[in-house]
Amino acid sequence: MNKNKIHFIIKNIKIILNREKPQSMNRNKIALIIQREFRTRIRKKSFIIMSILGPFLFAAMIILPIWFTTMEDKEVKIIAVADSTHIFQNKIPDTKNLKFKYLENADIKYLLKDFQNQGYWGVLYITQVITYVPNAVFLYSYSQPSFGMKIHIESSLEKEIERQKLFAHNIQNLDEILKSIKSNISVRTIKLEEGGKEKENYAEQSMIVGYAAGFLIYFFIFLFGMQVMRGVIEEKSNRIVEVIVSSVKPFELMMGKIIGIAGVALVQFIIWIVLTASLIGVGQKVFFPELGKSPTEKVISEDIMNSGNSAHKEVIHEQIPKDENTIKVEMLFKSISDINYVVILSWFLFYFIGGYLLYASLFAAIGSTVDNEADTQQFMLPVTIPLILAIYVMINTMNNPDSNLSFWFSMIPLTSPIVMMVRIPFFSDGMNWQLIISAVILVLSFIGTTWLAGKIYRTGILMYGKKASYRELWKWIKYKN
Amino acid sequence: MGILLTRDVCKTFGVNKALDSVNIDVPEGSIYGLLGPNGAGKTTLLRIINQILAPDSGEIYFRGSKLKADDIRKIGYLPEERGLYKKMKVGEQAIYLARLKGLSRHDSLRKLKYWFEKFEMQDWWDKKIEELSKGMQQKVQFITTILHDPELLIFDEPFSGFDPINVNVLKKEILELKSKGSTIIFSTHNMISVEELCDFITLINKSRCILNGQTDEIRSSYKTGTFEIQFSGNPDIFTKVLNSNFQLQNIKTNHTLHTATIKIAGISSDNELLNLIIPHIHIVSYREVLPGMNEVFISVVEKAG
Repeated sequence: MNKNKIHFIIKNIKIILNREKPQSMNRNKIALIIQREFRTRIRKKSFIIMSILGPFLFAAMIILPIWFTTMEDKEVKIIAVADSTHIFQNKIPDTKNLKFKYLENADIKYLLKDFQNQGYWGVLYITQVITYVPNAVFLYSYSQPSFGMKIHIESSLEKEIERQKLFAHNIQNLDEILKSIKSNISVRTIKLEEGGKEKENYAEQSMIVGYAAGFLIYFFIFLFGMQVMRGVIEEKSNRIVEVIVSSVKPFELMMGKIIGIAGVALVQFIIWIVLTASLIGVGQKVFFPELGKSPTEKVISEDIMNSGNSAHKEVIHEQIPKDENTIKVEMLFKSISDINYVVILSWFLFYFIGGYLLYASLFAAIGSTVDNEADTQQFMLPVTIPLILAIYVMINTMNNPDSNLSFWFSMIPLTSPIVMMVRIPFFSDGMNWQLIISAVILVLSFIGTTWLAGKIYRTGILMYGKKASYRELWKWIKYKN
Repeated sequence: MGILLTRDVCKTFGVNKALDSVNIDVPEGSIYGLLGPNGAGKTTLLRIINQILAPDSGEIYFRGSKLKADDIRKIGYLPEERGLYKKMKVGEQAIYLARLKGLSRHDSLRKLKYWFEKFEMQDWWDKKIEELSKGMQQKVQFITTILHDPELLIFDEPFSGFDPINVNVLKKEILELKSKGSTIIFSTHNMISVEELCDFITLINKSRCILNGQTDEIRSSYKTGTFEIQFSGNPDIFTKVLNSNFQLQNIKTNHTLHTATIKIAGISSDNELLNLIIPHIHIVSYREVLPGMNEVFISVVEKAG
């Protein structure tokens, strides 16, 4: 009785195990393929070189331009201030290479025509009472004003307005007052072209991060999509593909390759981010040693050097305007760190993976239809055009994030991973119905594309010698199984 | 019922019919030849057996039950279009391919050790495939095909692309595998290369099976009554003594020996022929010429119209 029971249980266990065996085996096979694709690529010299070289390049791209701006600007720029309100007389402090000259009753039309001849670098035009109209300040110049200059003017004006507002209040309930006097002024910098055209500059830092993210997605899709394609072509031209599809399903081989290479891309990405960040950190210390210290630290260190009356000195230091260059570099680093990275990073990962999967399956399908890389061109065009288009629309979106063009291209799955990245900073909390719709479309279309690509792939990998046409691809899609 | 059976397998690619009601029955432990010209549909059939393609209709039975995904482990396939990852190391690659067939890492290592020792190629283990000669690569490829001890081995055009030395190694190994109980399917358009190996054959032409059966039976049923006599003596004697029942096709001379090919027409037997010529010449050897598969194929195709 007891023995029978045990036998019965063992028999059932065996049945269950046997049933599950083929399924788990297949999962193991995909894992094996992923592992091979990942390992062989991670070990490649080109991967290691790219991983090390990339961060140096990126760090240099961020550090050097900032460093150069601190190097240049030795010439002293005189800016004519035409202040129709007459309340900002001598309120913008001069710096080492930035002097402000206040003109009384200047004719702005005449001044704009002639300021260069009068020896001015630019004209700061304050049109009306800016206390309530924050964007009534214009800076006209023939060359691009530096970021630090803009910040210096903005913060000086802001401070002055705050001071005046504070002055008008009684000093009781100071907390509330401080809250109420917070003001925000953005100087619209207008660059004059030779023909008298006016061009406005936007410099939204978070958009620049969005832009960088979009560009990174574009770059990764191309780089690693091409790797998928090359991998497929390699397997086909090595003639190993039929050996492998006699052990696994073609679709499993394709997905294993795509996922394995996605892993490589993510590892590369993480290495880049970590290394770039630490390189920037190091570069910040080397090139801008002043930045690491807080203002009081600076004061204290100078106090110790001067060994004077510290209390008195501190007051003086507070009043001395910071060097223009230090301000602008600090502002740059600050603006970079102000962005909501969690939101952008999560959406970045989503669009990165979604976009990659969508394109990688297309690249795999292309690879399967040809015998060598030279033959890929006829099929590459329809895949690369949307990618390049996406980059153009993304740049356009930076100026006009809510246009119809931007909207539709951030919905079309072939372009949305890139275009949407620059729009995300404009959605208040990183969540928006547009984002959700775009994400759903992307997910649905990569499932569809993978399915279609799998059909082309499984026929294509076994075809040698003849160049496939689009009509043939359509036939392959319609083949049974 | 044999180890592998196909029932009315059909496959169409667009408008091209690749297979039209193909039936084969492969007996266990045999070497089975799938012969036919290029484009006849042999590779398509093999791909269907290997579940790379699915048939439009028809069934495949493996050991009496319908072929299922897991049967892949019991089949070894050396496709016509074959190769290896050029940049991958020999050992790593062999383990990878074995594990894709379902072997554990431990088992594949153990089995690879046996085969690498047998072929004396232990020191290739850490070399990349591209560093090996073509012949060496072929050996690696062969080992990866049979490593998982498949019950059924399928070779598509096995001797194309193998050099003559490796062809002999391959033939020897295949016969050894057969003696150990494996069943082997050959597919080739070069019928001469396999006819002495195959126990059974199927002729395929234009996507249809046109002939099935045991190799010896087929050859003798297609024999034409042609005999080959090697002899010494005066070759002119044949024209003198032979009557109209016997047709002298040719006489070749090699040093002192001559070889005559004679076709017997009508109802006469070969004994009659021997009686006629024995008094005049010294016979060194005598044999009936059985048709090669090439000739059988041609005559079947011609008969079919």
